[in-house]
Amino acid sequence: MFALGPVGFAAPWLLVGLVALPILWLILRAVPPAPIRRRFPGVALLLGLTDDAAQTDRTPWWLLLLRCLAVGAVIAGFAGPVLNPEAGERGTGPLLILADGTWADARDWEARVDRIAALVDQAGRDGRPVAVRVLTAPAPVEFVNAETAALALPALRPNPWEPVLAPDLGALPGGMETVWLSDGLDRPGRADLADALLAAGPLTVVQAPRPTFALRPARLVDGVLTLSAVRSPTGPAQTVTVNAMGPDPAGVERVLGTAPLAFQPGDALTEVVLDLPAELRARVARFELAGQRSAAAISLTDDALKRREIALVSGAAEAETLDLLSPLHYLRQALRVDATLIEGALADALPSNPDVVILADVPRLTESESGALTDWVEAGGILVRFAGPRLAGAVEPGAVDPLLPVRLRAGGRSVGGAMSWGEPKSLAPFADTSPFFGLTIPDDLGVTAQVMAEPDPALADRVIAQLTDGTPLVTRAVLGQGQVVLFHVTANAEWSNLPLSGLFVQMLGRLSVAGRPTGALEGDLAGTTWVPEVVMDAWGGLEETDTLPGVAGERIATGLPGADLPPGLYAGADRRLAVNVAGAGTVLAPAAWPAGTVVTGLTQAVARDLAGWLLSLAVLALAIDVLASLFLSGRLGPRLAAVLALFMVPVPDARADDTLALAATGEVVLAYVVTGDARVDDVSRAGLLGLSRTLFQRTAIEPGDPIAIDIERDELTFFPFIYWPVTADAAAPSAEAAARLNRYLQSGGMILFDTRDADLGGFGDGTPEGRRLQAIALGLDIPALEPVPQDHVLTRTFYLLQDFPGRFAGREIWVEAAPPGAELAEGMPFRNLNDGVTPVVIGGNDWAAAWAVDDYGGPLVPIGRGQAGEQQREIAYRFGINLIMHVLTGNYKSDQVHVPALLERLGQ
Amino acid sequence: MTNAATLRAGAEGLAATLPPLLAAADQLARTVALGDHGRRRAGMGDDFWQYRVAAPGDPARSIDWRRSARSDQAFVQDKEWQIAQSVVLWVDPAASLRFASHAGLPDKAARARLIAMATALLLLRGGERVGIAGQLPAGRGRMQAERLAGCLLHDDAGDHATPDLTGLPPQARALMISDFMGDISGIEAALQVSLERGVTGALLQVLDPTEAAFPFDGRTIFESMAGSQRHETLMAGGLRDRYLHRLADRQDQLARLARLAGWQFHTHLTDQAAAPGLLWVYRALEGGR
Repeated sequence: MFALGPVGFAAPWLLVGLVALPILWLILRAVPPAPIRRRFPGVALLLGLTDDAAQTDRTPWWLLLLRCLAVGAVIAGFAGPVLNPEAGERGTGPLLILADGTWADARDWEARVDRIAALVDQAGRDGRPVAVRVLTAPAPVEFVNAETAALALPALRPNPWEPVLAPDLGALPGGMETVWLSDGLDRPGRADLADALLAAGPLTVVQAPRPTFALRPARLVDGVLTLSAVRSPTGPAQTVTVNAMGPDPAGVERVLGTAPLAFQPGDALTEVVLDLPAELRARVARFELAGQRSAAAISLTDDALKRREIALVSGAAEAETLDLLSPLHYLRQALRVDATLIEGALADALPSNPDVVILADVPRLTESESGALTDWVEAGGILVRFAGPRLAGAVEPGAVDPLLPVRLRAGGRSVGGAMSWGEPKSLAPFADTSPFFGLTIPDDLGVTAQVMAEPDPALADRVIAQLTDGTPLVTRAVLGQGQVVLFHVTANAEWSNLPLSGLFVQMLGRLSVAGRPTGALEGDLAGTTWVPEVVMDAWGGLEETDTLPGVAGERIATGLPGADLPPGLYAGADRRLAVNVAGAGTVLAPAAWPAGTVVTGLTQAVARDLAGWLLSLAVLALAIDVLASLFLSGRLGPRLAAVLALFMVPVPDARADDTLALAATGEVVLAYVVTGDARVDDVSRAGLLGLSRTLFQRTAIEPGDPIAIDIERDELTFFPFIYWPVTADAAAPSAEAAARLNRYLQSGGMILFDTRDADLGGFGDGTPEGRRLQAIALGLDIPALEPVPQDHVLTRTFYLLQDFPGRFAGREIWVEAAPPGAELAEGMPFRNLNDGVTPVVIGGNDWAAAWAVDDYGGPLVPIGRGQAGEQQREIAYRFGINLIMHVLTGNYKSDQVHVPALLERLGQ
Repeated sequence: MTNAATLRAGAEGLAATLPPLLAAADQLARTVALGDHGRRRAGMGDDFWQYRVAAPGDPARSIDWRRSARSDQAFVQDKEWQIAQSVVLWVDPAASLRFASHAGLPDKAARARLIAMATALLLLRGGERVGIAGQLPAGRGRMQAERLAGCLLHDDAGDHATPDLTGLPPQARALMISDFMGDISGIEAALQVSLERGVTGALLQVLDPTEAAFPFDGRTIFESMAGSQRHETLMAGGLRDRYLHRLADRQDQLARLARLAGWQFHTHLTDQAAAPGLLWVYRALEGGR
């Protein structure tokens, strides 16, 4: 394809025709426009006059230019111009389209799918087999024809985990070409796969140059919340905002805090400290990078951020001992960082509903304390007790205390002390059923005294840590929903050096007493099963789920989300774990592609066929040429110019909303519905004009000229009254017009439906107009109707009337039915009906014709015969006046029923 | 206006809206024909003019005894001197007038005849004698209107015509309606004749709007109505100013000639209503000066 800059030509040889343009110029230049012959008596005055200049015997240069442009555009148009033609040769072999389909692809996934669709289309045109693979959803490569491949495209989805970069591609066919839509991030195995694909055929990589961000999980170190994010590629300084999202006290999700994450130029990592009050911090459900649509921009939080409240209760009196001897000292040191400590008497601490209560050497509880504590544990609390001299001394042999996991033997024992023979005992390795399984036991651990458990069949199950001689060190029992844990040693260093070791802190952590360190340990999760509660898609959208299978703790411990471990929140026995796309060690780096790979951007200039445009330009130029030629030869008369101008200038909508509103609201205006039948519309207009003038003459209502409205387009609110002549071919209002009409009727408007058929067929059907009216009224909210009763307010709003003739002195007209319970007012000839204006009046008497006047005020339509006809016209006017009075004053006249009562009140 | 009846009907319609035209007749002492037309001086006639004291020589039967009985002197009743004016019309019958620039406009000939006929009817109704120059001697009465209408419809084949004022009664009035596009020497000669005979009158130039505006552009060949004259231009728009200048010159010349001969000159366009044209003619013939 021959190309000129970004424009290529399918048939470039046609362009040779452009050489003919100068010749055309010369020919056209020599031919002046043809003269017009005109008869003109004034020619006698013209005789002897000569033309000013000889220039117009030749076509003017600009007209020549225009014509040459038109011809040139035709030639170029037929030469098949294409903007941004597809470069390169058309491929022939099979086409493999790979897409990473990761979270980093999510933000421009639509563009990627479009690109894939374009590639599949192109392959279809070239007759190549295609295979489309998303690397995060492994499936065998299968080459199919383009139509089949295109069917599957809408189902392509990115996934919030890493792609499988060592897929089983099977035997790749020879001559294969690969297009790899990559997210542009470096991943182990990517280069190998690229090498393998390059070996099979040419490889084109498509990737977007936009930076990719990932938010690492928040770290809570020494009570300080630190957030960090990484980006790829590193570039100039950039700031992204991280939002802490969580429920407010009302449960509505809000931004609880924000912090800017400022990347320095060239840096891939940045950190920020988010200063949040502990209360808010405990509510944070997730952190997200504002404006980033990707799963890696969201970091879910689990219990790790929760600050637990722990009540510490000591049995020792406030003795003036050294801190180091205090039973609570080591607990305080161990727990202070991650928990809020409540110290004091149990009766004071328990109402604050702590997560954990630790009783250090508390021998005996009062009845009420014991009961409250039992209730609290059964409701899910964790009670941790430490032994000590007082507890040991207070043990009643054989007694079962529900707040101790085991029965204790009185006295306890001492080993390895000055008065005993044995060595201080160390801890035995933790059994794999123990929550402490996997913790490392320091070598120098020594226990010198402990309380002893009574032998019991259930004892073995309750021991979760024991000494090397098999005696229990930590026992645990489930009580209701909570648990009771007993350390058989003191919480200070008096009986053992366990509180001095790091193991103590770890053990407390395993017991969920202390905050869990970020990142679950494999041993911690081994053998557990976690149920996904909330899962995240590649765009970072969260969805609650209860249908996914549980996941083994070992799988979660790997920390790598995958198809079997979608990122989200997982619930275990006693806590929840967050699995995030980005881990604490996530690093983003731009992908490096092997030599020989063609790397292009995602956006691609679409090939655009210019032939249509050029030919349109030619036609337009020729059209202008016609006008210009007409103008030059004097044939472009003012009338023709006006007609052409009508075509050129878009006719503005004559009915801008404001003009209608201004016309309708300046004064009271009656309105009629345009039917499209010019005669009916004229009569409607003339009728309302006549009624308006009569109202003006006789009443205080002084309406302006009536306005025609189109129910499909115009706002009805402005009009108190709408006259609607129903023609046999009237269209039923559209849904929105019907909605507007209903709103109009409900807000106090009135529509007078006039079938103009003298109601020959009886109300409703029988005439085409009647049937049409039924169709129109179908969508309207019209209340129950009844023929105008004798005492209806319409009969006396201005004139006293018995019937309501128009052009026809027809039968009854219909109005909204009176409420069933209406009673005859006392002393009055009518019922007590003083609520509401009827929204519709329906009849067929062709009132507009009776009201109609011409421009001079004379009647337009003959009514009846002679004086009787004039009388009928007069009554028709009176009906109109009564109707408008009814619309504008409501049931004011109905209030006459109250006149006796008012008079009576005045009399007093 | 294709036949005499429709021409007359249209003219009757136009004339009905004006009061009878009573032409001034101040210089008609020697005209013998008597008309219904008061001369504002005592003389022979039917209408009362004034009472005057009887002078010696008055016949006794002319004494108004009723008036004389109220005083000691004898009075004579003078009658107003009533004579008829002769008005001669000339409407250009040449082809040049049979032109209308578009279908909605009457051609110039129709307009000229309408105004001429309406004037004639008004004059006849006022008792004047109306004739057509060179064709119909001045006469009065209803039949004269029929004859006038018949003569006015006469067409001439040439592009331009010259007014023929032979047989013009002395001291008559004349009305000449044409587009005056032809050779001006004919008009000049006619006015010379009228001057010699003491005839005054009005020149009404009837023009089509395109003749007054020249709204043409582009390469055009202009042809006269009979085809005797032809002018080709490559850029008609370029001629517009000079054409209009020439037209204004022609009108100035006509106005000057008219003034010298005691005539009046006016231009009437066919896109105007006919009534203003008639009104001007009425005033021109009535006022005289």
